Amino acid sequence: MLIRKNRNPQNNELSFNGHISVSNASLWYEDFQALKNISIEIPENQITAFIGPSGCGKSTFLKCLNRMNDLVDNCRVEGSFKIGDVDIYGKIDVNELRKNVGMVFQKPNPFPMSVYDNIAYGPRTFGITKRQELDEIVESSLRQAAMWDDLKDRLFESALGLSGGQQQRLCIARALAVKPKIILMDEPTSALDPISTGKIEELCEELKKDTTIVIVTHNMQQASRISDKTGFFLLGELVEYDNTDNIFTSPNDERTERYITGRFG
Amino acid sequence: MSVRKLFERELEDLKDQLVEMCRLTETMISMAITALVNRDRELGFSIAEMDKKVDEYEMQIEKQCMRILIKQQPVARDFRHVSTALKMITDIERFGDQASDIGELVYSMPGDKYIKKLNHTTEMGNLAIKMVRESVRSFIQSDIALADEVIALDDKMDELFDTIKNELVELIKKDSSNGDQAITLMMVAKYLERIGDHAVNVAEWTKYNETGVHKKI
Repeated sequence: MLIRKNRNPQNNELSFNGHISVSNASLWYEDFQALKNISIEIPENQITAFIGPSGCGKSTFLKCLNRMNDLVDNCRVEGSFKIGDVDIYGKIDVNELRKNVGMVFQKPNPFPMSVYDNIAYGPRTFGITKRQELDEIVESSLRQAAMWDDLKDRLFESALGLSGGQQQRLCIARALAVKPKIILMDEPTSALDPISTGKIEELCEELKKDTTIVIVTHNMQQASRISDKTGFFLLGELVEYDNTDNIFTSPNDERTERYITGRFG
Repeated sequence: MSVRKLFERELEDLKDQLVEMCRLTETMISMAITALVNRDRELGFSIAEMDKKVDEYEMQIEKQCMRILIKQQPVARDFRHVSTALKMITDIERFGDQASDIGELVYSMPGDKYIKKLNHTTEMGNLAIKMVRESVRSFIQSDIALADEVIALDDKMDELFDTIKNELVELIKKDSSNGDQAITLMMVAKYLERIGDHAVNVAEWTKYNETGVHKKI
């Protein structure tokens, strides 16, 4: 989790919500242009999936949404990125941004500490120290991630002892602990078995009641099962973005058609 | 052979089976009209036997579609193709049912002389065969214009049906003893008119297959 303690109190009034609005976004890694003029409106409290072959820019785009690309040397971003009314590349506290825009990665990455401390890490970073308050956050986060019953008796055991699927759901619970408006998921189930995958998908469905979810996936069936909107990326371009039903029954662009039916990619 | 190529071959097999099923129903409609015109009770009876084969085709194609859906989980055009085939077989199976029903009417019809000329009925029969053939061909050849032609032909079918109905009403008015045969001929006309409706359904599914939009006309 990339939250530092030097938060800027001036940013407390920023009004993030779950709506993402991007226009004319481009990104370069040195001379290589990885994203080309992307414009997209991602609706609040829905699941939006990004699909496309490896190297097409979908994960790069995802990382733009909480400025993870700031950590990459010689990476340059252009265009407008707004979450709610907030220009996320403007003068804002990046920690505040990442509190509101959580992220879950392909490989589960629990911290080498107890289940409890994993969940409490974010809230503590944001100044919550009262035990009772932390207890409540840990319980509600684990309940939201549908793990409370499994883990309530193992709160002080190491998170590294959990199964892969449980670790990934713990990472989601950890992201939830700071009450984000948006959760970005970069291939969150690619390392999981079908049962754990099913649980994460159910969780996404549950979470979207009050959280926007943006998920990158290579699993076409997953995108069609769980997402409301789907975007197809190819060679740094957002080729097509539409309601998932339309993308998977009658896409407009021949390149989308060819990719999802397995004719290339 | 690549997985994609195997899948494409499965889709081609599906098309071939649809064509075979459709040809069988065309033959049945043609036989039903011949049996009616020639008052050939045996021929009429034999159509019911052929209908069993149509039902077998329906089951077989349905099973194949299910297998493709499970194995390949098709999307986009591939999905439309399989779902269209699944919907179409219901209509094609009805072509067979209607032909078989006409055959049964011929078989059970008393041997009286016809109360009217059958020229409009044979015209309806030929039109039904054309609509059946062209509707399935429009799907096989992905031909939206041909699908539209089939849909347009249904107006002619409805017109012929109305002509026959009016003639039969007049014949009953003139002599109530014409009633039995008039009702039989009316039912034949109705079955043919229904074949036209099912062909229109097939044409509409062809348009869905091509465009992704299903409109009932």
